[in-house]
Amino acid sequence: MNRELIFDVMLMLGLVLVPIWAHFADEPFIITLATRAAIFAIAGVGLNLALGQGGLVSLGHATFFGLGGYAMGILASHAQSYTAITDWPVLIEGTKSMPIIWLVAVLVSGFAALLIGALSLRTTGVYFIMITLAFGQMFYYFAVSWSAYGGDDGLSIYIRNDFPGLNTLDPIQFFLIVFTCLLGVLGFASMLIRSPFGLSLNAARQSPERVETVGINPYHLRLTVFVISGMITGLAGALFADLNRFISPSMFSWQTSGEIMVFIILGGVARRSGPIVGAVVFIALEHFLGGLSDYWHIYLGALLLLIVLFARGGIIGLLLGQGRVHD
Amino acid sequence: MPYLLIAEQLLNGIQFGVMLFLMAAGLTLVFGVMGLINLAHGSLFMIGAFAAAWASAASGSFTVGLIAALAAAAAAGALVEVVVIRRLYARDHLDQVLATFALILVFSEGTRWIFGSFPLYLNIPEALSGSITLPGGIRYSLYRLTLIGVGLLVALGLYLLIAHTRLGIQVRAGESDREMIAALGVDISKLYTVVFALGAALAGLAGALVGAIQSVQVGMGEPVLILAFVVIVIGGIGSIKGAFVGALLVGLTDTVGGLFLPSLFELFMEPSAAASAGSALASMSIYILMAVVLIIKPSGLFGAKP
Amino acid sequence: MTDVVLQTLNINKRFGAVHAARDICIDLRRGEIHALIGPNGAGKSTLIQQIAGSLSPDTGSIILEGEDVTRDSTVSRARKGLARTFQVSALAMEDTVLQNALLGAMGATGQSFKLFGAALKQSALLTRANDALERVGLLDVARSRTSELSHGQRRQLEIAIALTLKPKLFVMDEPMAGLGTQGSLQLTQFLDTLRTQAPILLVEHDMDAVFALADRISVLVYGQLLATGTVAEIRANESVREAYLGSDS
Repeated sequence: MNRELIFDVMLMLGLVLVPIWAHFADEPFIITLATRAAIFAIAGVGLNLALGQGGLVSLGHATFFGLGGYAMGILASHAQSYTAITDWPVLIEGTKSMPIIWLVAVLVSGFAALLIGALSLRTTGVYFIMITLAFGQMFYYFAVSWSAYGGDDGLSIYIRNDFPGLNTLDPIQFFLIVFTCLLGVLGFASMLIRSPFGLSLNAARQSPERVETVGINPYHLRLTVFVISGMITGLAGALFADLNRFISPSMFSWQTSGEIMVFIILGGVARRSGPIVGAVVFIALEHFLGGLSDYWHIYLGALLLLIVLFARGGIIGLLLGQGRVHD
Repeated sequence: MPYLLIAEQLLNGIQFGVMLFLMAAGLTLVFGVMGLINLAHGSLFMIGAFAAAWASAASGSFTVGLIAALAAAAAAGALVEVVVIRRLYARDHLDQVLATFALILVFSEGTRWIFGSFPLYLNIPEALSGSITLPGGIRYSLYRLTLIGVGLLVALGLYLLIAHTRLGIQVRAGESDREMIAALGVDISKLYTVVFALGAALAGLAGALVGAIQSVQVGMGEPVLILAFVVIVIGGIGSIKGAFVGALLVGLTDTVGGLFLPSLFELFMEPSAAASAGSALASMSIYILMAVVLIIKPSGLFGAKP
Repeated sequence: MTDVVLQTLNINKRFGAVHAARDICIDLRRGEIHALIGPNGAGKSTLIQQIAGSLSPDTGSIILEGEDVTRDSTVSRARKGLARTFQVSALAMEDTVLQNALLGAMGATGQSFKLFGAALKQSALLTRANDALERVGLLDVARSRTSELSHGQRRQLEIAIALTLKPKLFVMDEPMAGLGTQGSLQLTQFLDTLRTQAPILLVEHDMDAVFALADRISVLVYGQLLATGTVAEIRANESVREAYLGSDS
């Protein structure tokens, strides 16, 4: 077994054992922190596919995170008020069922990613960064002005949504749901990276001319990964909304996009568990530094700056050495 | 719709556009010359506004505030360039994005730490308060009119600077061929610091000028930064002319969209729904403009082919 | 004319004041190696790029197996059987040699959008990639990272990727560049066997290789086609000697 695999297994074990310990030690707050970390990790795994494999520096992934959240908020708020979302052309009612909400969140985010990607991928480099950022801001302002769902103030959902056979209000059960999603998403991402598609995408990042000359269209590869990436981040958004039982336009904000990217960089770009390490470290910093100082973002900023300037492989790069890993 | 209201909104749009130009000019210059994407440009805008608000409150003079804004933003720009940005020119865009994102965190929280979370206020100078009557009977805020004037003057100044001065020649040479200007014996690192500080000063100036018509608070820079990105995408990266045209287009689209769309929706919706749908769409109008430009010209109106 | 695989009809391309291609008409026939020679700046690379689709001509057309492909993208020309190699190796440097070869196999079989199953476990793709690597002698280093290859091995990998496509024609842009005498000799022998599989349009500076391989030679000078003919005809051609060969030898 190689060192990276051992590291990843230990990491996942740690991520699941700490909340289980917290459950028996009656520390629900720690379970909530772990749940947050796992949700952010899902969002990061989504972005890491586009960023690490596809080389697409998207600064607009908050769009999908927000859409996932709003999909949950809209469906659940109608279910809680017993009103239909629309009765024309067909009757669509709300729901409190997590699997249905996830499906809607993933489909809506994927559709948005298709539209945004189709436009932004016409460009490359800095244009792409700026455009994804701008589209994210567009959704942010749309959410702010959409008064039917709380506008600027956001929207509360009073009771967490249901999952068949589980009590989602029990923190450890909800954590396990999220953790299972994370495992599923990680498995999917690792499979994707090894698939013919992943191989082609990786080559397109390194040498787009080469990919074209063997008859593969790099634009289609990038658009596909952008959509998949958006879908995964959308799922994270729906889970995040369910964790907080609250949605607000801040899910769409540029800071959210930046933070999802920060998870990846803290951990290590294109590393399998990069987003997980990043999300865990981020949550830990937020918790401990945030306890020490109200201005903890200064330290986060300084740390991030040091990592970008001097430790380009992120934390995993520091621990396990540089390099993309292929086998 | 009353014609006076339309005229006033058009002027507001131009005023907004001109201020966006001050932001976009620095961004596009820095990208054109150094190939750097700088997310922390919005922080320089904020620093300008805070410096102006603090200095004018302490001295009682708006002019002192303006000078403080220019000096503080230029100094912060030069400092950041020397300490951090310089190490990023050779890096890829991802590193630039992250490092400058980190700078936003440091600047924003640093400012909050020094000035607190409550907004500061910067008063419009006495001589420019009130409004004047323009030809056609339009009454318009004298201060906003001054902003338009200042913005146009800066645009003219930038044009002259780039077209006719030694610095301008070096900047244009740097845009087309980085090795050539080294061969010409220009001290590149000094040139880069100067260009960066110039861009920062323009952002600081915009922050100070806008600070008098809105509250001065942490986080005020980033929405403007993102709009400046939209401007650059529309105008074409690296083109000052593109930034100017793009800024006016965005400014006008924003105000005109906010004015017309709700009333347009009232034609076929009930008023409250129309107001909400209209304002939602109005908030999206500049991004729709950007999308349309992208479909027609992916490299922007005045951009070189990618 | 059924044996004409590729044809350019009156291609013109200008870059500002530079006329990089003036009414260029050349063709490539089944079973032959057609060499394109000319001094630096003659417009060889420009012509190759127009044929492969990365540049589009101002006027004129490009015919591939009787079909006008002037407006086709690089991708679509590749799918129609055009395999191009690059003058400066364009490879996925972080990937292994085998993964680079697999890329060609996936492109040719249209499997690059399969999301499931490891690429390295698809036996049809592997066979195709390994066959190509074996033919150019890279099978031993199949698992090495491409960035660890020598310059010569990278040139061989370029050709291996083209082989995985099983194309209707090869367009090779200076495959011998930087190979050294021994390497050029080996590659010359290899290309000699390749022409029966598919014809080759060969841009090359190495005159020994060109004279050894080419069935026909076209000479390009300042964007203009000076002459096309057999090796003997070109050697005997006065204007070619003056413009090109004379200055070289």
